[in-house]
Amino acid sequence: MGRIADVTRRTFLFGSVALAGGVAFGVYKVQETPDNPLAQGLAPDAASFNPWVLIRPDGITLIAPHTDVGQGARSVQALMIAEEMDLEPGQFTVEPGQPSPAYWNTAMAADAVPFLHTDQGLAARSARTAIGAVIKLSGQQVTGGSSTVADSWEKLRRAGAVARETLKQAAAIDTGEALDTLSTEAGAVVLRDGRRIPYTQLAATAARIDPVNTVTLRPPSAWRLLGKPVQRLDTVAKSTGTQTFGIDLMPEGVINATVRFNPRQGGALLSYDAADALSMPGVRQILPVTAGVAVLADNTWNAFQAASAIRCEWGQAPYPPEMAQHWAAVESSFTEERLDKVWREDGDVEATLASGAGIEREYRAPYLAHAPLEPLSALCRVSDGRADLWAAHQFPRLAQQLVADITGLPTGKVYLHNQYCGGSFGHRLEFENIRYATEIAVQLPGETIKLTFSREEDFAHDFPRQIGMARVRGVSDSGGIRALEIDVATPSAIASQSSRANLPLAGPDSQIAAGVWNAPYAIEHMRVRAYRVPELAPISSWRSVGASTGGFFIESAIDELLIEAGQDPLAGRLALCNDPASRRVLEAVREMSAWDEPLAPGRGRGVALVVSFGTPVAEVVEVSVREGKITIDKVFVAAEVGRVIDPVNFENQTAGGVIWGLGHAMNCEITYADGMAEQRNFHQHTGMRINQCPAIQVRGLESGEGVSGIGEPPVPPAAPALANAIYAATGQRLREMPFSKFVAFA
Amino acid sequence: MTSFTLNGAAVEVEVPEGMPLLWVLRDELGLVGTKYGCGIAQCGACTVLFNGQAMRSCQLPISAVAGAEVLTIEGLGTPDDPHPVQQAWIDEQVAQCGYCQSGQVMQAAWFLSNNTDPSDAEIDAAMAGNLCRCGTYPRIRQAVRRAAEMLAAPVQTFDPLTDSGEG
Repeated sequence: MGRIADVTRRTFLFGSVALAGGVAFGVYKVQETPDNPLAQGLAPDAASFNPWVLIRPDGITLIAPHTDVGQGARSVQALMIAEEMDLEPGQFTVEPGQPSPAYWNTAMAADAVPFLHTDQGLAARSARTAIGAVIKLSGQQVTGGSSTVADSWEKLRRAGAVARETLKQAAAIDTGEALDTLSTEAGAVVLRDGRRIPYTQLAATAARIDPVNTVTLRPPSAWRLLGKPVQRLDTVAKSTGTQTFGIDLMPEGVINATVRFNPRQGGALLSYDAADALSMPGVRQILPVTAGVAVLADNTWNAFQAASAIRCEWGQAPYPPEMAQHWAAVESSFTEERLDKVWREDGDVEATLASGAGIEREYRAPYLAHAPLEPLSALCRVSDGRADLWAAHQFPRLAQQLVADITGLPTGKVYLHNQYCGGSFGHRLEFENIRYATEIAVQLPGETIKLTFSREEDFAHDFPRQIGMARVRGVSDSGGIRALEIDVATPSAIASQSSRANLPLAGPDSQIAAGVWNAPYAIEHMRVRAYRVPELAPISSWRSVGASTGGFFIESAIDELLIEAGQDPLAGRLALCNDPASRRVLEAVREMSAWDEPLAPGRGRGVALVVSFGTPVAEVVEVSVREGKITIDKVFVAAEVGRVIDPVNFENQTAGGVIWGLGHAMNCEITYADGMAEQRNFHQHTGMRINQCPAIQVRGLESGEGVSGIGEPPVPPAAPALANAIYAATGQRLREMPFSKFVAFA
Repeated sequence: MTSFTLNGAAVEVEVPEGMPLLWVLRDELGLVGTKYGCGIAQCGACTVLFNGQAMRSCQLPISAVAGAEVLTIEGLGTPDDPHPVQQAWIDEQVAQCGYCQSGQVMQAAWFLSNNTDPSDAEIDAAMAGNLCRCGTYPRIRQAVRRAAEMLAAPVQTFDPLTDSGEG
């Protein structure tokens, strides 16, 4: 791929696989800027210079189109605008805005092409440009791929600067003062004599003039808000129980609802008997929905109780019902027929493998649930030729389209009120809550339906992280790793997810071997092959996607080969590493962890380095063993993101990513029996609790070259660094997650 | 009809006696700061103080609440007048998604009412029932320590049921 002609033929790459989006365009169309959705229906005294800034006499609204899934997106987007606009926190409100092509994600192209982020060659740049054009044309407003800051950091600062300069122009007109005598500060234009005109008073004039689009962004040395520890805009609300999440909305007259549908994902409902449920207290109605039943009741508890009293006969799963069959499918996918792509083929791997005594290994990674703490919910009302939906979604325009499809309304009549949510980790890229809330609401026009999933339904209908396996062969000696062959087999999470989003696909999926094919190691003889396992259980993007499995595979194998050759795992990686940014993060954790100083007996350190979403992250995990149980004492983590925009949030995302990676590697798996996920609640799939949490030291490196994300990249190195540390402490090599199947943790 | 004291005020509700306090708070009384996460006492998002003791409100049938004193996150403090534990949570910027934090704060408030000089191990043991999927644990530890210092500083006894946080 990579030629624009391929792309224009109605396919484009998304998450590294081509998808047919029904897009046709010419150059004029690419250059055209999508309409500003804020410009519709503006009062004469209100001004909007671009899709992110709205000024009215009664206040200033900033639009943060990336969905806040707990990563602080809404706050950091607003701060980028406020920085250039000279607004202080408290002087504006922040809204997610309505879904619009104006909010297309400019940064996703970097991960949608099969080139390293560091590759600035012509082919890589052309491919990014082509893919970027198509993402723009399809107007994909998506929160994912750790792209929020990378996507926003130029355009939102620019949006703020345009607003600032236009407001100055308006002030010059209103006062007759010369433009170059005006300045801005804290939400006002300041005249030479010190008089201040609040922006809100300038809206009417500003609305009548053309926006000043030629602006200069401030250098980081002049920043007041960015790059500094600031209080997240939602911190007070989230510390006092006053933050409203989607599940908390209770408009007057709302009808509470829940659903039961086939726990064999995608299976049919053959029959049901709701007689008992209908007679239960508070139950209003029981309605059919796709492959399931909805209960409407006067409160959520009554709805849950009644739903569990419905006797349902479920159809079979459209995938193998037993876990052993899933593993058998993975094991048998290392074939020519299932080969998705040869990602690396350097030197002569076969000859080198044949020339020395090498190792052969197999590694495995299980299915995992997203299980954000707020269960899926959505509110929907269909009335008077419009539909309103209140829910958090990472694909707002696709959610809007789904509601339009179910209701028969045009998308322009579907209003999505994107909400704060209690986590996502990828779950809110899916549509089940949207679909069922709308299916219920369309049967009860004029009523506001609040759908809440029970935790058990949320687990049963999750689309888990991909299951996966790697077969590795390698040869190493005192000179380092001579040859490495890694074959990775997983089903395609991106293909599974995209099929539910009505985005048909073609081409290889770079996520299958993510973290492996782009590993920043110069190994003379190296081959990476990705095999696509036919879809088994439906799966989806899980925080860090393919690198969460691929990173474990390669960083475990590298460790084994270096140790086999008598090399130090960290120094050996440095000797192989050919990417300056990756070298910097390795050097950083070497120093932070005092790697070169020996540890006491019964303790061990492990290191891992994975590049994902353009961000290299190195982690050193330190463990100790007491009475046969392993304790994770410390983690040292360094990430190169170019520039740290929001230091507090950066540290929280990094530590949180490490905890996410460790907790699931230690404790969690989703397994299937009789076609159903066996884990139904947190007692069976916990992640990490505070008593297992290590001390975590975080360092952000700022090379100043570009800006990349931090939401996902800390996840992939955590599992292999832990496995490598356990090996160092105990001599036991763990090649399969979850590790709790093989060792005991304190 | 069940009567109890909620955040210092008398309330009466008419609901089935098996209905958990969590859902009475949220769906009947409109106090949505207390969160539903699991329904089986595994996550702690629904933690309230029940007669001064941290309890999972998803496991408290309303029949057991008759005559009791219940304190929720809304009664502990407010954005304008936060309780010291809430202030520590703000100062340490604990929250990411924030969904578990009402429960974390209530659990910490109860814990610190019994132990104003906790060790790291005591903090971990006290907070281990409260799950955070975002992984805010390092800052929860910092916030609990900070709250302990704030509560220890003034010479006063701390009663989580009445103290709304002058600190």
